[in-house]
Amino acid sequence: MAMQFYASPEQIMRDRSELARKGIARGRSAVVLSYSGGVLFVAENLSSALHKVSEIYDRIGFAAVGRYNEFENLRRAGVRMADLNGLSYDRRDVTGRALANAFAQTLGAIFTEQSKPFEVEICVAEVGATPEADELYRLTYDGSVNDEPGRMAMGGQAEAITGVLKSQHRADMSLGEAVRVAVQALSTVGGEGGAARTIAANQLEVAVLDRQRIGRTFRRITGAALTALLDGDAAAEGQAADAAGGPAEPVVPTTEGHKPTSSAGSADLEDRPAEGGER
Amino acid sequence: MAAGFDPSGRLPDVFTNAGTSSFTTFLSRVAPEMLPGRRPLPPGMAADLAPHATTIVAIAAAEGVVMAGDRRATMGNLIAQRDIEKVHPADAYSLVGIAGTAGIGIELMRLFQVELEHYEKIEGAMLSLDGKANRLASMIRGNLGAAMQGLAVVPLFAGFDLAAADPARAGRIFSFDVTGGPYEETGYDAIGSGSLFAKSALKKRFRAGLSVEDATRLAVEALYDAADDDTATGGPDLTRRIYPVVMTATAEGTRRLTDTETAAIAEGVVAGRMENPGG
Repeated sequence: MAMQFYASPEQIMRDRSELARKGIARGRSAVVLSYSGGVLFVAENLSSALHKVSEIYDRIGFAAVGRYNEFENLRRAGVRMADLNGLSYDRRDVTGRALANAFAQTLGAIFTEQSKPFEVEICVAEVGATPEADELYRLTYDGSVNDEPGRMAMGGQAEAITGVLKSQHRADMSLGEAVRVAVQALSTVGGEGGAARTIAANQLEVAVLDRQRIGRTFRRITGAALTALLDGDAAAEGQAADAAGGPAEPVVPTTEGHKPTSSAGSADLEDRPAEGGER
Repeated sequence: MAAGFDPSGRLPDVFTNAGTSSFTTFLSRVAPEMLPGRRPLPPGMAADLAPHATTIVAIAAAEGVVMAGDRRATMGNLIAQRDIEKVHPADAYSLVGIAGTAGIGIELMRLFQVELEHYEKIEGAMLSLDGKANRLASMIRGNLGAAMQGLAVVPLFAGFDLAAADPARAGRIFSFDVTGGPYEETGYDAIGSGSLFAKSALKKRFRAGLSVEDATRLAVEALYDAADDDTATGGPDLTRRIYPVVMTATAEGTRRLTDTETAAIAEGVVAGRMENPGG
């Protein structure tokens, strides 16, 4: 009979984390940030058909790095969940927070129950009425979820990219400025000898959640519009971001105050006096 | 809500399976009670139980297609609602109008809208216009049981075909019956209780290659003729300022004419009939 070697749970978790982290670090990175006109997603992606950034719902977008088959699986689940809830309740009742929770539970369960964790890092972003009301959730391979302050980077060497974002990013940027900051941040890593790289427009996947739009706010920026933004062409910039810099007038019911509750613990429920107990 | 509870809290497998891109197929697995055709009905006729929505007309124009619907819903000899809206955008390039049992019609239409959007988000590409019509046909077929008990719903579907070789033939119209369809119509079509009169009017007035503007006027004229001879169809209500809903689908997408625009057209039609009641 073969001898089973004992491995401590701690060791198993550490091994899984290491596997996931290595897998994620091998891939290209992605950046998500708030700007005056909405939420911007920029991912380095050589494919124009296999997306890293996509639409989940009216005001919710999704960005991911890591293994495509694994985050695609989660993205589909997110779209299904959002459409199901939107049909049963109302379109306004689909929130980024609910999706982030569902993804976190799923990633956490996979991390602990299965022998191989998902090698993915995910951002669920919901655009609000103002940049301050935007919600950016970072979800990692082990199911932990973080509420990010208006900007985040994922993938290999994310710390270095985050450093650049932190120093350059402002919430009141125009779309053009935001795209250039995101690309500048992405290009600081992976160059030879620590030098900055040049990333061509066709290696970028860029999309926004447009704050001023009603209904489905997600749109991709490709081709000439993207090149113009990268070159800083002022006229094109104005065209591409007609609403950028405009007054942040709420056009649809917003999701302000939908920040995660500290806990849905049972203490409150137990303390609540029983209502109409005898019926 | 989802079938099967998993104590780990992860999304059930049916959400994450690669499986289908269709929302109704997904719904039939998670929440079949949300599909109109899946509810058991008690025996007996139920035709007079709920309000009925009436006449819709669609006309193919040179630049696309026009769809218009009157605003009346009836219950037997009573007017159930004066300002019901029966013409809606199905997605960015197509329109759907509903005649028959209003409640089921509205539900089917919402489901159809989600179906198209869901496919687009999952696959990253829009369904073809024929694909959309076929999906709608299968959804109508699902309601056959209820239709046989008097709760029939018959839609009219029209859209701008982005894949059309000849731009002058890009505006296409599809009709259905309670057993499904679709049947592609040439030039124009109408559904609902007043459709007989609307179609007779269109037969004499329709010319191929009409501009969208002329087609819009023609649609309102046809609805006036339907209201003239059918009690269940409402004419332009000048005292309450309730006018037909008119929508267009062209290369620029779908558009609903504003109340001011439809008011001007409807008032023009009524003024014309003051001199010549037969049009």
